[in-house]
Amino acid sequence: MSESLHNNPLAETIQALYPEDIKIIGEDTQQCLLVERERLLDLVQVLKHDECYQFNMLRNLTAVDYPDYLEIVYHLYSLPLRQAVLLKTRCLAENAEVPSVTAIWPSANFQEREIYDLLGVVFNGHPDLRRILLPDDFTGHPLRKSYTTGGRRN
Amino acid sequence: MVKTETYTLNMGPQHPSTHGVLQVVLELDGERVVQATPRMGYLHRGIEKLAESRTYAQFIPYTDRLDYVSSMGNNLGYCQTVEKLMGIVIPERAEYLRIIMTELNRIASHLIFMGSLAIDLGASTGMMFGFRDRERILDLFDMACGARQTYSYIRFGGVAEDIPSEFIPALRQFLAEFPGMLAEKHGLLTGNEILHHRLKDNAVITGEQALAIGLTGPALRASGVDYDLRKAEPYGFYDRFDFAVPLGKTGDSWDRYLVRMEEMQQSARIVEQALEQLPEGPVLTKLPKVLKPPVGEIYHSIENPRGELGYYIVSDGSTKPYRLHVRRPSFINLQALSETCQGLLLADVVAVLATLDSLMGEVDC
Repeated sequence: MSESLHNNPLAETIQALYPEDIKIIGEDTQQCLLVERERLLDLVQVLKHDECYQFNMLRNLTAVDYPDYLEIVYHLYSLPLRQAVLLKTRCLAENAEVPSVTAIWPSANFQEREIYDLLGVVFNGHPDLRRILLPDDFTGHPLRKSYTTGGRRN
Repeated sequence: MVKTETYTLNMGPQHPSTHGVLQVVLELDGERVVQATPRMGYLHRGIEKLAESRTYAQFIPYTDRLDYVSSMGNNLGYCQTVEKLMGIVIPERAEYLRIIMTELNRIASHLIFMGSLAIDLGASTGMMFGFRDRERILDLFDMACGARQTYSYIRFGGVAEDIPSEFIPALRQFLAEFPGMLAEKHGLLTGNEILHHRLKDNAVITGEQALAIGLTGPALRASGVDYDLRKAEPYGFYDRFDFAVPLGKTGDSWDRYLVRMEEMQQSARIVEQALEQLPEGPVLTKLPKVLKPPVGEIYHSIENPRGELGYYIVSDGSTKPYRLHVRRPSFINLQALSETCQGLLLADVVAVLATLDSLMGEVDC
């Protein structure tokens, strides 16, 4: 499913739920659903529990620091229906807060803590949001592009 | 009236069953576990950050150092991800060699699991036997690429070099002797009453719980969930082989042990078939020295001995990844610890840790 979302009945139904807040973005080969963060929890509820989707596995959760925003990336998989979908939401680097999905997929717990630790995204509603890999008194978030180690990129 | 209170016990970071540098903070009520909190980060090297200042090819040796007892799988997952991003097709012989190497590595990794489970429960002979037999596989890897643990054997476009002439006879001999080795271990451990008592009905994780926690690999399949990426989304030539996916019934520590033991046998079956079908030909596609994948992003995952190993790469069209994330099964599987340990005895925690089989190099990526 992640291969082509346009003309995909599943994706179009999802999009029709909240036409203002959900978009299909990306090139043909790597399409995904982009959802406004206020709508994230509504959407993932549907994706997990609705008969037609049943995305019961959160395979991978990560985030990327782009020049204009931070992007949180959810790779979902439905074991009963054997289909995958890519979901994204965005927030600004200065105001990096998104709702936590741990209530829907408990497996997000460590992954959200990791993103909080390394990219400084606050997950509202997370049961135990602490640094997980770096010491508690560490300053900064290393995976932000503004955090440099002296290594050169180009 | 006697007043009791809970107390805290720090297990690790140097306890043998914490596999290196994991600390488990246990809140105990007598010998009963009230809360088990894993603390990690002791090995954290910032590999994802390092990736952003290295070229795609320069990152291959780093993948070896994540799950360092199954480095072939890490090489494979990373190389396939980049190949998929760039649309590189690799020669048939290379596909087969990759499967032979990763399946051998699965056996080697499960032997370590078996050995460390044995020693964690106090059976040092089990550990000796596991490590002794694993040496045979390391000898084969040594022949193929000159390294015993960090191989960098699988490269973009194929594998580093073809196997030498002595490799196939040595592999055939290993495969001939492997059933005997496995039988010896079943005799030593599976038939052992103490092990049976320590693992049976211990730390049961139901299929539903396992999915919620995000378990993958043998730990998930022990709970009866049929999810193996080699079958669900066959990569390489896995659809050409006949093999079974062992499943557990109850999801206790015993099932997690048995599933891995059975998987070793299935891996040997795959290697045998791959050896039968192994064609002649080149093992490496000609590629430019420095790769420049097109702008875009990709997530690709493979079945590693510890579960679903995924790579998420964002390319900005330059020679270095803009962002590289590794979905490490050890890290996510470790979430099962706090939930499953509640109410167990202190000694059972050791068995749970061993059967989750997390590897710290991969946890603190």
